[in-house]
Amino acid sequence: MIVISKDSMGIIREQDVVPFRSRVKEYATKIGMSLVNQTKLITAASELVRNMLKYANGGIVTLEIISKNGISGVRLTFEDKGPGIKDIQLAMKDGFSTGRSLGLGLPGTKRLVNEFDIKSVPGEGTTVTITHWKNGR
Amino acid sequence: MKKATAQAVKKNKIQILENWMKFQLTDEGLRDDLMNNEELHAQSVLLLDALIRAMETGETLHASSREFDPIRDVLGEISVMRARRGYSPRETASFVLSLKQSLFDAIEKEYKKEPESLYKEIIAVNNILDALSIFTFEAFLKGREEIILRQTDEINEISTPVIRVWEGILALPIIGTLDSARTQIVMENLLQEIVATNSSIAILDISGVPAVDSLVAQHLIKTVSATRLMGAECIISGIRAEIAQTIVHLGIDLSNIKTKASLASALRVAFDMMNVEVKKVDRRSNILLK
Ligand SMILES: Nc1ncnc2c1ncn2[C@@H]1O[C@H](COP(=O)(O)OP(=O)(O)OP(=O)(O)O)[C@@H](O)[C@H]1O
Ligand SMILES: [Mg+2]
Repeated sequence: MIVISKDSMGIIREQDVVPFRSRVKEYATKIGMSLVNQTKLITAASELVRNMLKYANGGIVTLEIISKNGISGVRLTFEDKGPGIKDIQLAMKDGFSTGRSLGLGLPGTKRLVNEFDIKSVPGEGTTVTITHWKNGR
Repeated sequence: MKKATAQAVKKNKIQILENWMKFQLTDEGLRDDLMNNEELHAQSVLLLDALIRAMETGETLHASSREFDPIRDVLGEISVMRARRGYSPRETASFVLSLKQSLFDAIEKEYKKEPESLYKEIIAVNNILDALSIFTFEAFLKGREEIILRQTDEINEISTPVIRVWEGILALPIIGTLDSARTQIVMENLLQEIVATNSSIAILDISGVPAVDSLVAQHLIKTVSATRLMGAECIISGIRAEIAQTIVHLGIDLSNIKTKASLASALRVAFDMMNVEVKKVDRRSNILLK
């Protein structure tokens, strides 16, 4: 796997969400991702930045265009220094929420994108990495 | 700063003002398209007066000291006003900086025979003006930010119209991102219109919403519930294919809500619910019958 381009963006306010999503769209369009896959990726990205804002007071997102076996994709890494997640298995369950919300963000994101990875250390922060390939597979 | 410096400036005020105005009016960057000369003159007098008053008050002057509060007020107003009229930050900051030369000229005359004092006084006045110009810059940016915030509010207002498409049927085309603040406005407008027009059906068209994540979905669900509490029914239309797929993957359950792909099909459902029938009439046969 190789990284073709890389950039990062700080997310600290709700107003940062829309420009961030446009950025993701820009990346997805650049590699020629179809509309359905673009929408899936953007929605997933939207969920993760919202979590970052709501539970960790913001963080940093790294945007990358990567290529593997000749297929390009977009990889996004969401890194925050928030309270972390105690029980990741529980947080990944549909309907689990400490924010009195739908509790669909994390499990839904996992269903929307091709690759999903979450690491969290309570008291230190959370890092979520998602990858979506051009053809959505 | 020495008392004599303040006095020298006060004594030569008319001369200073004249030189400063001359400098400003002959400057290449003069924006007489944004402000007429009388107004520029008035602003210049305002600033110079405030500066003289501040200089007169104390010996150990610093631009952040309390004596400068009135100047900061004057400058704040001037900067915000310039931001509104479309001045650039550079043009706004040079308004203050352009005062330097005329002030220095007056001070130079005062300390002709004391080069050491002259040097110190010039530095002191210079520092004050630099600090004031930075302050101007900040005030200008703040003014711009306020404008942007106000415009955002205005855009939110105008971009959430409630349209009366038929007696008893309201339509709300939503364009752009549905964040919390926006949802609040949409909901308020909608509920108000339901009462005002005595409508029983509202169609929320989301063709113009770029992405529906769980937060947007939650906002939609809330709006629908609120509409129902008012005794009206709510239909969500304009769910594009890619959005429908995303909603399903996310796991959002919209099965309790009436949804339609297009505004036209939502309108048809609404007509059905109100027992309204829309049909084609062949005008020609009507005419023939007569
Ligand atoms: N970045 C994070 N830092 C700390 N805790 C998090 C973070 N992201 C998620 N969580 C925890 O995981 C839970 C589940 O997150 P998820 O996004 O699935 O649901 P939610 O945000 O509560 O609701 P929804 O996203 O549906 O509005 C959250 O309630 C929160 O406790
Ligand atoms: Mg969430």
